[in-house]
Amino acid sequence: MLDRIANAQHAIDDACRTIGRQITIMEVCGTHTVSIFRSGIRSVLPDGLKLLSGPGCPVCVTDQGYIDTVMELADRDDCVIATYGDMIRVPGSDGSLESRASKGNVRVVLSSEDALQLARENADKTVVFVAVGFETTTPATAVVVKEAAAESIGNFCILSGHKLVIPAMRALLGGMNDRIDGFLCPGHVSVIIGSGAFAEIVNDYHRPCVVAGFEPLQIIEGLAEICRQLAAGKAELKSVYKAVVTEKGNTAAQQIIAECFDPVDGYWRGLGKITRSTLALKERYARFDAFRRFGLEDKPGRDNSGCRCGEVLCGLIDPIQCPLFGKRCTPEKPIGPCMVSSEGTCAAWFKYGRRR
Amino acid sequence: MCLAIPARIVELQADRAIVDAMGNRWKARTTLLPDAKLGDVVLVHAGFAISLVDEEEARKTWELFAEIDNFEKTSNKVSG
Amino acid sequence: MCGMVQIRPEEMTRAMTANPERILLAHGGGGRLTSQLIRERIVPKFKNEALSELADSAHLTLASSDICFTTDSYVVKPLFFRGGDIGKLSVCGTVNDLAVAGSRPVALSLSLIIEEGFEFDLLERILQSVSDTAQRNHVSIVTGDTKTVEHGSADGIFINTAGIGIRLPNVHLGLDKVEVGDKIVLSGTIGDHGMTIVSQREGIGFESPLESDCAGLAELTCSLFESVPGIRFMRDPTRGGLAATLNEIVDGSGRSAQIDERAIPIRPAVQAAADMLGFDVLNAANEGKFVAVVPPEMANECLRVCREHPLGRDAAVIGEIVTTRDVPLVELRTKIGGRRVVQMPYGRELPRIC
Repeated sequence: MLDRIANAQHAIDDACRTIGRQITIMEVCGTHTVSIFRSGIRSVLPDGLKLLSGPGCPVCVTDQGYIDTVMELADRDDCVIATYGDMIRVPGSDGSLESRASKGNVRVVLSSEDALQLARENADKTVVFVAVGFETTTPATAVVVKEAAAESIGNFCILSGHKLVIPAMRALLGGMNDRIDGFLCPGHVSVIIGSGAFAEIVNDYHRPCVVAGFEPLQIIEGLAEICRQLAAGKAELKSVYKAVVTEKGNTAAQQIIAECFDPVDGYWRGLGKITRSTLALKERYARFDAFRRFGLEDKPGRDNSGCRCGEVLCGLIDPIQCPLFGKRCTPEKPIGPCMVSSEGTCAAWFKYGRRR
Repeated sequence: MCLAIPARIVELQADRAIVDAMGNRWKARTTLLPDAKLGDVVLVHAGFAISLVDEEEARKTWELFAEIDNFEKTSNKVSG
Repeated sequence: MCGMVQIRPEEMTRAMTANPERILLAHGGGGRLTSQLIRERIVPKFKNEALSELADSAHLTLASSDICFTTDSYVVKPLFFRGGDIGKLSVCGTVNDLAVAGSRPVALSLSLIIEEGFEFDLLERILQSVSDTAQRNHVSIVTGDTKTVEHGSADGIFINTAGIGIRLPNVHLGLDKVEVGDKIVLSGTIGDHGMTIVSQREGIGFESPLESDCAGLAELTCSLFESVPGIRFMRDPTRGGLAATLNEIVDGSGRSAQIDERAIPIRPAVQAAADMLGFDVLNAANEGKFVAVVPPEMANECLRVCREHPLGRDAAVIGEIVTTRDVPLVELRTKIGGRRVVQMPYGRELPRIC
């Protein structure tokens, strides 16, 4: 394995020298962000290659308005909040789910199934499932919504914060940060949507897109492929994660998403409103939609803290350029999701060693 | 944004499976993989199997998979 | 197979109305029931003079006045897990605190806070476990206390043990003694206890071959201190795991540490369980391991002594102490030859999907 990594490193070195200027590659998957830091890849890449972490952390891009809505529901006596552990410490404008733990109505679940089971076991409460995640996670939500419908479970609903990756990439290239030379594409989102889904980025924006898995070898070989393409003036779609990613993806999963959800305009932290980028439950499943059930709006939050997570998510600044980083905003006292989320760029920088 | 690990299906009833990763056994739904069979290695995310794993390809590129492979071979030798 | 204890509200009510086989609040009241509980259920488990006297305090005559004294409370859930239970843990944890401080543990106190409705059978099992573990580790339970609290206040049972150990001669441990060049020795695999507990927790539970590494280390540490002069420091990486202990070492000594990821022994099943949940094995608790900082010329001897003992078979040198450049930190050389920092963990690992 180590010699393959060494080969990939050489390929990157050669390409960078050929190109002669700094190359910027963005990875759009929080799990990539963390893997890169954990394995210390940055420290073995040449200076000519700048790695940006993009809006690929579903917790980080969840708008503050959504988080405040979850808190509102958590404060109700008739609700039980079921959530993946990732969301527990995300701060809203007034505390987090963790700070409401003493109320006893916030439960961490490992799967959407567990959330539905909670509804079966707590008939006197309404279970609200905090449904965040990209396309990798959305099908799991869709499966249980269909099951809830089939079983007529009346006390279960989801607050959908599911988002789509490609609209975010387009929003970035369309204006927010077009200084990105290539994309390392999310391996597990690709499992669902297929590597072919990224063809539109290659075709419309002429940027190399390489789908990679999460081990250091995968990531470095993915980066090497992007660099080789850039050095040759090419922009192609490739995958180095052939063990699980196919061109078409998981069609059963795509179908179940389409059955249950519609893409609608939604608010992304830092990127603002992006067209058809968020998933809302279809009319036929309206009774399982917490927004409609409780008469809530998906509105953007107003964040006055000085948090610059948005710019970090777009790759416009590094965490150390945020005045709060490492000072007022730390993993113990996080101000923005980028520091709370285990995948957040700021958390990764802080935890794995890039400080002031 | 996707923690998912490969595991082998060791029990399967309709779309409910038990998968094994290094001896740990987890529940997983195969609802999204209607063609999954007993003995297949699948990628599991948030309690759902989302993809079959091409074992040949995996052995070449996936260190974790190589470890699983090794683990399965040695534990088979021991337990028979 | 699953060793979880769940006491449901309906069971509580039943217990309180009729059942003599469960703890009642009165068992902690200091009267007849308390006396009965102590004489019939508790004392018989621990045959020693000091305890049998049932005086308000134990009278001990120790070989030396140079002693170590420690205390710890145990609130583990579930109470019974593969490889141990709260009873075993409450003895080993305190024994180990004394052991890594360079002392030979001799006596423990045992304080129980028991929830109303707790089954006597379970109490028996736990007490037997305390007794067996104490015997195995050559410590006596010399004094104790029993209180009861209302249902809902104690997760079944909480235990506190305080312990006394006799300082070994010529052992001078301290973070101020840590020097650049010293080697860092880890006595065995990490993450076993933490991931076992998680695997048996309600809501997360999964079937697993994992077992807690809960064990008393005094026999090993005493033999180590006797054979290896000049050990600088030792600590057992319990809550917060190896990451916390390494950070405590660098913070307390002002030096930095460089650790080799490939040298850290981890069972594949532990890593796989952590991967599935998104946990970091470096942050997972260990209850039968220690980290030692030793002069470089003593590292091999240290390994030799460890590996001869069943609890130290997988001992390894995982890194060394280096000069601090900027702020004291723990740097990990990763499997691919990269570098990253190991931070002090937050204090709570949550299962993630991202």
